[in-house]
Order: sequence, then C-alpha cells, then structure tokens
Amino acid sequence: MAAPMSESWSWFLALAFGVSLLKCLLINTYHSTDFEVHRNWLAVTHSLPLSRWYFEETSEWTLDYPPLFAWFEHGLSYIATYFDKEMLVVQNLNHASPATILFQRLSVICTDIVFIYAVKECCKCVQGGKGSKDLLGRPSFVLAVLLLWNLGLLVVDHIHFQYNGFLFGMLLLSIARHFQGRHLEGALLFALLLNLKHIYLYIAPAYGIYLLRSFCFSQDNKDGSLNWRSFSPVRLAALGAIVCSVFALSFGPFIVLGQLPQVLSRLFPFKRGLCHAYWAPNFWALYNVADKVLSVLGVKLKLLDASALPKASMTGGLVQEFQHSVLPSVSPLVTLVCTLISILPAVLKIWLRPSGAQGFLRCVVVCALGSFMFGWHVHEKAILVAILPLSLLAVESREDAGIFLVLATTGHFSLFPLLFTAPELPIKILLMLLFTLYSFASLRTVFRNKGGLISALEAVYLAGLVPLEVLCEFVYPCTVWRESFPFIPLLSTSVYCALGVSYSFIKLYLSLFRTESAGKLKSH
Amino acid sequence: MENWSLVSLCVLLGLTARWTVSLNSYSGSSKPPMFGDYEAQRHWQEITYNLPVHQWYFNTTDNDLNYWGLDYPPLTAFHSFLCAHVAQLIDPEWVELHKSRGYESPAHKLFMRATVFIADIVIYIPAVVLYCLYLSDGSVRKKVSTMLGILLYPGLILIDHGHFQYNGVSLGLALWGVLGLGLGKDLLGSVAFTLALNYKQMELYHALPFFCYLLGKCAKQGLTHKGLILLVKISVTVVVSFAVCWLPFLSDPQQSLQVVRRLFPVARGLYEDKVANTWCSMNVLIKIRNQLSTDAQIYLSLISTLLAILPSSIKLFLNPTFWQFKLALVNSSLAFFLFSFQVHEKSILLAALPVCLLMNEIPLVSIWFLIASTFSMLPLLLKDGLLLPYAVTSVAFLFVSMYLLSALDRTTVDNLRARPYVRLFGTCFPRINIPLITKLKFALFLLAMAGLSFMSAALDPPAKLPDLFPVLVSLCAYFQFLGCMIYFNVIQLMEPSGKDDQKKVK
Repeated sequence: MAAPMSESWSWFLALAFGVSLLKCLLINTYHSTDFEVHRNWLAVTHSLPLSRWYFEETSEWTLDYPPLFAWFEHGLSYIATYFDKEMLVVQNLNHASPATILFQRLSVICTDIVFIYAVKECCKCVQGGKGSKDLLGRPSFVLAVLLLWNLGLLVVDHIHFQYNGFLFGMLLLSIARHFQGRHLEGALLFALLLNLKHIYLYIAPAYGIYLLRSFCFSQDNKDGSLNWRSFSPVRLAALGAIVCSVFALSFGPFIVLGQLPQVLSRLFPFKRGLCHAYWAPNFWALYNVADKVLSVLGVKLKLLDASALPKASMTGGLVQEFQHSVLPSVSPLVTLVCTLISILPAVLKIWLRPSGAQGFLRCVVVCALGSFMFGWHVHEKAILVAILPLSLLAVESREDAGIFLVLATTGHFSLFPLLFTAPELPIKILLMLLFTLYSFASLRTVFRNKGGLISALEAVYLAGLVPLEVLCEFVYPCTVWRESFPFIPLLSTSVYCALGVSYSFIKLYLSLFRTESAGKLKSH
Repeated sequence: MENWSLVSLCVLLGLTARWTVSLNSYSGSSKPPMFGDYEAQRHWQEITYNLPVHQWYFNTTDNDLNYWGLDYPPLTAFHSFLCAHVAQLIDPEWVELHKSRGYESPAHKLFMRATVFIADIVIYIPAVVLYCLYLSDGSVRKKVSTMLGILLYPGLILIDHGHFQYNGVSLGLALWGVLGLGLGKDLLGSVAFTLALNYKQMELYHALPFFCYLLGKCAKQGLTHKGLILLVKISVTVVVSFAVCWLPFLSDPQQSLQVVRRLFPVARGLYEDKVANTWCSMNVLIKIRNQLSTDAQIYLSLISTLLAILPSSIKLFLNPTFWQFKLALVNSSLAFFLFSFQVHEKSILLAALPVCLLMNEIPLVSIWFLIASTFSMLPLLLKDGLLLPYAVTSVAFLFVSMYLLSALDRTTVDNLRARPYVRLFGTCFPRINIPLITKLKFALFLLAMAGLSFMSAALDPPAKLPDLFPVLVSLCAYFQFLGCMIYFNVIQLMEPSGKDDQKKVK
C-alpha cells in the first residue's frame, strides 16, 4: 500500500511546524482544571516514593491514569525543575505561575512530536493519489492536514489541557505499523498505549481479534475463511511475550507492593454517574431526554402521578446523578453489555472475513464509536478516538468521507462546552470554521469526479449547528430563562450532536458490511 | 480546492492569529497613574461620550489634555464616540466621566479587543483580500500566498491586537486608497485616502505619492483638456471629504486651529524613546537635541526629509504607473520615518504597509524589511509583556512567507531587480554575485536580530549602560531600514520607463 516516497516532504514539515506555532500562540489561553490535575501528578510522582503514588490524596485530583503515564510525569518533572520548583510541591494546590504554564504547555507541544511522526507514517500508508498532480488534492496531503490540524486535539490539548497528542501519536503509529505489516511493533505500541491511558481499552477487542486472526494465522482458505492449520504458535508466543512484559513492567512494581487493588480502584471509578456533568452526545443523552419527554407527556395525559416521580431529576446536564422516571435506570453492567453487543458484529466480521489492515482500522473506529455511544460515564473528548482514525479512511473512499464529515463536525461541535470562557469564544469558532471549511473543501477536491459527499438532509442537519450555536452562546444568555434553566444550552447541544453521532454510527456499521467486496479488491 | 475556500482559510488564519495575540497583555496594563495606549483609547471614549464636540480638543476642567488628551484627527474621535456608545450599552461604568479613569477589567479588555478585531474585519482585511486578488500578478496560488503573508505580518498584529491601537483602520483606509487608484477608480481612492488622513495624521507619510501619482496622471492626459477635468474632480472630492470630516469644527476658526495644534505637537521634541531613525541613531555620536534649538531641529529635519523624498516623487510624477506608485509609497514613508520630526517607533508600520504590497514581486527583501520592522519595536513590545507572541508571530511570518513565496529560490539578479547594482559595481568587480551577497547579508542580520532579541529578553544590561539593548536594537534596525531605503530608491529611480508599462495594472 505504501506510496512511492520520491516526492519531497517539505510540505509536511511546513504543516507540522505551522501548527506547532499556532499551538504556541495558544499558550496564554484559558486552561481547565486538567491543568491542575497534571501539575499535581507532576508533584506526586516527583516528590513521593512509588509506593505512595496511588495513595496520595492531598489534592482532589488523584492519580487515575495507568502506571506508565505516572512514569511519564515523573520523567517530565525532572525538566520541570528548571522552570519552577514550586510546581513540584504537592501542597501547592492550583499553582499556576507563568513558568509553570509555559512548562506544561511546552511539554504538550513538544511531546506532540510523536504525533507528528505518526501522522507522517500514516500519510505514507494512503494511496498516493496518482491522478492528481496538484498537491492540495492529494490524499496524503489532505490526511496530514486533517490529523495535524485536528480541531479536537487543538481544543482539548492546547487550550483545555491534556496530553492526548502523543497518546494518539502512539495509536496512529501502531495502526500505521499494522498497515506496513510490522505487527509486533504495532502490538508493542498498543500495549504501551494501554498502560499510558486505559481509555483505549475500548478498542482493545479490535486489536486482540485482528492480531489473533490475521497475525497468528498466517494463511486464509481460498474463500477467505479461517484456515486452522496455518496457526503459528511462535507468533502467538511472541505476541504474548511482548504484551505481558509491557504489563509486567507497568503493573509489576505495584503487584510486588501489593497495591494492585488500590491502583485498579483508581483506574476504574464506577462511583461516577452514567453521564458526565455535561452529557457526551451519545445514546444515553437521547435516552435521558426520551425519559424526560415521556414523563412530561405522562403527567399531561394523566397516565402518571406527578407526585410519584423523582423530583427535579433534570437539574441535569449539571448534576451527575440522574434518576430516570419512566424508563428503567441504567447500571454500569447494562452499559457494559450494550457496549459489548454493539461492537460484537464488527469484531466477528474481522474474525470471519478479515479484509486486511483496512478492515481492522474500520473495526477500530466502530469499537471506539460503539463504546462512546453506550459506555459508562463517557467524556465528550472520547469522540476523538473515533474521529482521528476515521480520517485515514475518509481520504480513501467517498462513503467514508461523507461519514467523516458528519461525525467530525458534530463531534467537534460537541466539544464547544469545554471552552465556556468569553475570550475563547472567538477562538473556538474560528478554529471550527477553519477545520470544517478545510475538511469539506479538501475532501470534495479529493473526490471531485465522484459526486457529492453528503446528502441534502445531512447538509441541512449540519447547517443547523450554526443557529444552534447562535442560540446557545449569544441569544440564550440574554433571555430570562438563563437563571432558571441554565442547563438548556448544554442539553440542546448534546442532544443535537447525539443525533449526528448516532447517525454516523449506524452509517459506519452499514459500511462495515457493504465494503466487504470492495475491501478485497483493494488488498490485491 | 476552490479559490474562495483558499481565501477564506487565509482570512481565518489571519483572524485566529489576531485573536490569540489579543489574549495577551496590553500597553500600560495595571500601571497607574498614566497607564498606556489602551487607557488613552478608553479615555477618548469617555471624553467623546460625555463632552460636547467643541470641548473635545480643548483643555477644560472636564478635559485635562495632559492626561491622554485627544491628539488624532476627527475621524478617530468619531470612532471613539461610536465605540463609547456601544460601551455605554454594555456597562456605563466603562465611560463614566472622571470616575472611569484607569478602568480595567477582563470584560472591558474583551470589549476593547473586540473593537479592534471588528475594525480589522470591516476595513483592513477586505482591502488586503481585494488587493491580492485584483492587483497582484501570478497564479491564484501565488496571490493567496501573498495574502496570507500580508495578513500574518506580525508588526501590525502585535501593535493593534497586543499593544493596543487602531492602526488597522488608518492603514486599511490607505490601502483602500491604493486599491482605488490601482483599479482606476481615482475618485473613490482619493476619498478613502482622505479618510485615512483624517483618521491619523501620520498618513501624511503616504500623501505625497498619492498626490504625485494623481497629478502625474492628470498631466499625462493633458492639463488643458481631459486631465484638467480629472484634476478638478479629484480636488473637489478631496476638499468635500475633508469638509465632511471636519464639519463640527468648521463653525469657528478657533476650533479648527486648536485641532491642528493638537495634531502637530512640535514641542514634543525631535523623537521619542528609542526610534530606529537617523536622529536617534546619530545621537550615539552627536547629541543633536542639546546642540540645536527646536526651530533649527525642525528646519533640519524638514529639509532632509524633503531631500529624501524629492527624487522618488519627481520620478513618480513623470512616470505615474502603479508599480512606481507602490515603490514611491515605500520610499516616501521610509524617508519620513528616517528623517522627519517627532517620529514614534510604531510609525514604521506606515512603511511596512507598502512593503507588504511588494511581497509578491520582491519577496526576499520585503520579508527581510518586514521582519526588521517588527524587530525595531522590540523594546516597546517587551515593555508590554508581549515577548511570547512577538517571538511566535515573527517566526511564523518569516517561515510561512519564505516558504509559500519561495523567497530563497527567487533570488536571481532579475528577481531582486538588482540590474542597476550589477551595472554599478560590475565595472570594478566583474564577478560580483549580488544574489549571494544579499542572501548572506540577510542571514547575518537575521542572526543579529535573533541574538539581540534573546539578549534583550533574557539578559540584564550592564549597570553603566541601562539602555544598551534598546540602543543596539534601534541601531541594528536603522541600518537595515537605511539599506532598504537606498535599495527601493535605486529600484524606483533606475527602472527604465519602457519596463514600467509592463508592470501596469491589468
């Protein structure tokens, strides 16, 4: 699949350097409590012995990422001493001196080098676009911009503050390695990634099945079904050794210290509610609203007794606990089952009819989106786990490009409530326009001879985001309801976006089964 | 990709850069009692909102001219008046007479930043876009690259959206003037330029080229028939637009005179702070300000400025093409900056605007000049706490424009328009390699500027020479400006008349 690498890559460096400069300009923007979270982790990992990392609770933001991320913070803290030693004191809560801000921001910008390298590897994996001499219409160029200048990463990492850049770098690099046939490397990278941030567990099924099916079995039957005799124990052993050693490296010390239950309880806090404070635009957002609508209707039609309903169940969007009044309440187990059911067909498909790395990538996206749709306490940021890998598919097929446009636009729009401060309002609108305009214009150029990318209905839906934004950010704050119903803008944003995300999810599922024949043609 | 989407992407990038810079601090932030230009603009809103027009420019009990008295022409005052009314709607405290002095709050900062941002969207950016689309040569790709370069010019972004001023308005209006002249709409162009002049008197730096170009054009059409009619039309337009701007002050000659006195404060001395112009640089050797009387200083600067602009103006009058006009704009504004009386470091923006317009034709030297002009304002930007945006936007501009305009590849003798130099030096040094020398000088000065920027930001000056770094910065910038002025003059004056016709507007 690799495109010939004869042409110059100066444009790639220009894009990467350009976006890095933009990130530097964002240093003085608003940062969320996640900034303090990571500052605290720097302090904890720097000043305390290993045995207390997962017990320390001076700050409310306790360490809840896997051990390798803690080691990463530990490593960063050595550089931090050259900027401001005060940030490394656990008791200095909310310490945000200019030097601290500069250091933390720069650490995100610098570790993004991993991401940049991964994007370069991904760009090599897409078909070179032989037809178009024009650089701006080449799939690899478009992909580079869609990934490097991804709005979600800019917003979440460089304004809101998190370290997703290099984590996604590892994910994309591991995907690229699978495309290049370097499966063991890909597995190693993914194992490391899981030990850096466990949110990627959601896509682990795709990895596990794919590696087992397409790596441990070296041959297919002629009709594409499984050939049991081609099983290679050596490969399985190698794979197992890699994965186990990574996990041993990461969790081993804590097992020796006998702290494994404590670490795990920090990593999986099921005490939180079904939905995050601001509802991620997923199935449960729709479910909650349906519940509310039904209860209101029920009371109106005298089918329900108003006094029997739980009171003020919808101060919501702001309170995490949510009691359903008509529909059954949802437990973590239910969400887990729903998630598993939603990703099962996709995983089965790559077991029964694997269609190479392309099919694997599609499965990754479906897993990411399925868990986003049905998971417990999902954050709106998790949509990026689906959007970024989907970019790779989008530049290669027209149908995927259409799905990508709907999903990316609604998904990115649903990140808007993360930045609620007035000075950042123009930035998020400008960046959104920039990215959306580019993705539409560029993908249309890539597929210019193959008809439209999105249907009229989808276009109307996406255009509806504009009045929604105007109403939520400009009109609603001027109305009298601002005080009594402060949650309406968040609620409507998340419900409106949930429609688009669910729609993309269904469409992606359909594509999973439709592309079977097309995928096979490509792999030859 | 369609052209309109490329253009919109460029504009969006320019806007993003502007707004991110505006999140940083501004001049005089929490520095009582005088604060800075931010407070000046806010104070003008307070004055224009609360006082009747005839008191705006006069020292009264309600209007202390020593505290940021209004010293810009009427259009600025009207703009403040407009902003003040909006401000009053949002929060009356912002423009309350006397009590609002030194008012600062995050919400107010947001409002002030938004006014500059909107002014840019309405006036400056459309002018840049139209200029690049209609008046620069080459493919669409090249036009768009030039556009991005101009929109990302850091000097203007940092002064307007960081330091806090409304240069985008006056420069934008001047650019609308250039646009009008370039498209053959002389009357509209003159109106726009008159408005620019009435927004900031510093636009006088550009006045002579406008005058000479239009006069030369009339003369070419024959001052006895068509040309005369055109000349009369233009004069009437200019006089009428002036009259409209000054309407409230025309009732009483005292009023107009007072405004003029406020606009040209000769008492403020030959130059302020550390400016990269001739007088300030000479100060290192001779202390002119102590040796000559104020009058003598005025005459000296007047005569040297006139001498410096005359050649380019005469050439433009004799040969009024658009290309000559652009070069004359550069030469005239540089001459004013380097030699005239009472120059601010920010006035280099007036020279930077026409140089921006040359970025497509002479990329390397233009980019070089634009970087140097930003660098020359470093002491000011450091005072405002804008080091980070200064560094980032400068590097971004240098990188983006060099890359997109392939400035380092387009450096043959013809690209650099260095034929005159070859003719000049070729006799003594037949093997002189002007492109190589230019590139070397460029690299050398870039290094010097980077080094001086670093030293100014990171090191403490020796106790005996507290002004060491600002002086070095202004000297370093001065030599580059002087070199550029000579270079642009040589290009303009040595351009044979035949070649100019090809450069005419299409």
